[in-house]
Amino acid sequence: MRILIVEDDATLADGLSVGLRLSGFTPEPVETCADADAALAQGGFAAVVLDIMLPDGSGLDILRRMRKRDDPTPALLLTALDQVRDRIAGLDLGADDYLGKPFDLDEVAARLRSIVRRAEGRAHADLAWNGLSVDPARMSGTHKNREIAFSPREFVILRALLERPGAILSKSTLEDRLYGWQEGIESNAVEVHIHKLRAKLGADFIQTVRGAGYKLSGETA
Amino acid sequence: MNSIRIRLFVILMTATGAVWLSAFVWIQQSTRADVERVLDARLAEAVHMVSSLISDQRIDVASAATMLTDGAGLPEELTGDYSHRLSCQIWSLDGTLVGRSGSAPDGRLSAQDTGFTDSTVNGEEWRVYSVINEALGVRVMVGDSHTVRDRLVRDVTTGLIVPALLILPVLAALIWLSVQRGLLPLDRLARGLTQRTADNLTPVAVDTMPHEIRPVGTALNGLFARVSAARARETAFTSFAAHELKTPLAGIKTQAQVAMRATDAETRTGALTRIQSGVDRTDRMVRQLLSLASVDSTQNSLDAQVNIVAILRDTVDDLSRLAAAKNVSIDLPHSTDRTLRGDPVLMAVALRNVIENAIAAAPAGSEITITLEAIDDRLRICVMDRGPGIADEDRARVTDRFFRGAGATASGSGLGLAIVKTAIERLGARLSFSPRPDGGEVVCLDFDGSI
Repeated sequence: MRILIVEDDATLADGLSVGLRLSGFTPEPVETCADADAALAQGGFAAVVLDIMLPDGSGLDILRRMRKRDDPTPALLLTALDQVRDRIAGLDLGADDYLGKPFDLDEVAARLRSIVRRAEGRAHADLAWNGLSVDPARMSGTHKNREIAFSPREFVILRALLERPGAILSKSTLEDRLYGWQEGIESNAVEVHIHKLRAKLGADFIQTVRGAGYKLSGETA
Repeated sequence: MNSIRIRLFVILMTATGAVWLSAFVWIQQSTRADVERVLDARLAEAVHMVSSLISDQRIDVASAATMLTDGAGLPEELTGDYSHRLSCQIWSLDGTLVGRSGSAPDGRLSAQDTGFTDSTVNGEEWRVYSVINEALGVRVMVGDSHTVRDRLVRDVTTGLIVPALLILPVLAALIWLSVQRGLLPLDRLARGLTQRTADNLTPVAVDTMPHEIRPVGTALNGLFARVSAARARETAFTSFAAHELKTPLAGIKTQAQVAMRATDAETRTGALTRIQSGVDRTDRMVRQLLSLASVDSTQNSLDAQVNIVAILRDTVDDLSRLAAAKNVSIDLPHSTDRTLRGDPVLMAVALRNVIENAIAAAPAGSEITITLEAIDDRLRICVMDRGPGIADEDRARVTDRFFRGAGATASGSGLGLAIVKTAIERLGARLSFSPRPDGGEVVCLDFDGSI
């Protein structure tokens, strides 16, 4: 899940990026309203984490512009102003949730999963396909009554595939999801992680579509 | 005496008492004068009567004196306290007592031949009138005792003072009640103020106040307005400060959680390094906040004689290590001491923040130039750097609290120039920013040089 983080404090933005990556998200940090608007215009984010006080304006204005152009991307507000009326203002402007600073990284991840799930219209937190049930909060699942744990990077790829079962995701799409890891992307990173996933889930759980990318196999049950 | 009530009561009682006392003294004096005059007239009359009776031979000289015998034949009720005990003596010219009334003493009433005299005979004071009857060769003297006169005057004044003393407590009570009633608006104001809660700073209703205490009400309302403005400033400051501190704290907490769950050493070290710089930044922020709060509230006298050149030199010395760490040099020309009127702490805070900003903005290897210039009786200190300068769109907002421009360094608190502005305003000096034609920013402080 690509998450746009709009936060001007370098320490906090970095902590959120690294922390959310460890929780299996694909965060992309920007510092200013202008950069945030540009990134949102390109689309493709599962959710946006918005700070309110930014050097060139207010996160609430970004939110207002998003909703005005019917951008439904779920938004989580980070606010240091603990006043009830600030929270109400944020929620009324179309924010899906808010968190007061300082917050817990796990709570940010949980709330992001929750607002994304609601946006997708799912009631259950678990993602399920073909005998595999995955709990995104723990980045682990059960497959054929076996407990399986995934690494954050494996999970990023698996989740991308599970979000749209049956759809073919290109190698570059999956690379985008991995984008941002500080060690950089090796050219064969996607292949390495697909390989590891197949070792855990069985060789035929993920199909290779030659020349196009990868997809989940059809349901067999 | 700290009670208006008691003060008013005492003043009114003293004034009333003084009026009464002088009235009393006056009445006593005039009563005494009247009594003396009337009784003297009677003495004279009695003497002349006795004298003419003996001249006419109607009674003999020896018994003439006894005709004035005390209340003879008069009914009892007329001879009370005031029955006038006239004493009469008739002396021959050669000095033998020819006759006297019963109440008259043996000794001669008066040494004088004619007219009024006061004399003491056998320890009693007498008022005496004498005439000489040439035809018969006798002196006729009639006197009355001063004791009787004094009692008459005393009885008149006692009759006056007793009702006065009886009325006095009633008067005191009335005065007390009137003072009480007169001070009612003050009581009402005090009660209203006592019952207020600490956060109730609404103005008191001045229109309904008597005009004597209206200035107090107006002054109170002015104070309320100032206090609530100060409180609003403080609240805004606290909430901003809380907001600004929460962000770096959130950063530190998040990095700590990253460090705890990181599986590789590189991520962990990175997070720990950022925690360290986050703590440094928060520490700087707290120091700046405290500095701003103290600049805001400093009660120092602004009248001290301050050598601004010495302060400038000390500040540059202090910051030279910081500049050296960034490989930035500071050029401070030698100049003679200059004394200004103001507060040395505020001056040092302002100069320090301006120079720190210049060091932060200056690229490595560049030079910061400080100039001192006396224009008329003003002193202008300019700090010039070779940094990127202030963006045009930020120029109006750089001195706002917590404002950080788009190009701000990660460590900035957004408070430095706000502190400078506050300190400069309190010093009555001026602060100006302008871009340097060949790149960089010039910050000038203009001090009023007159001492």
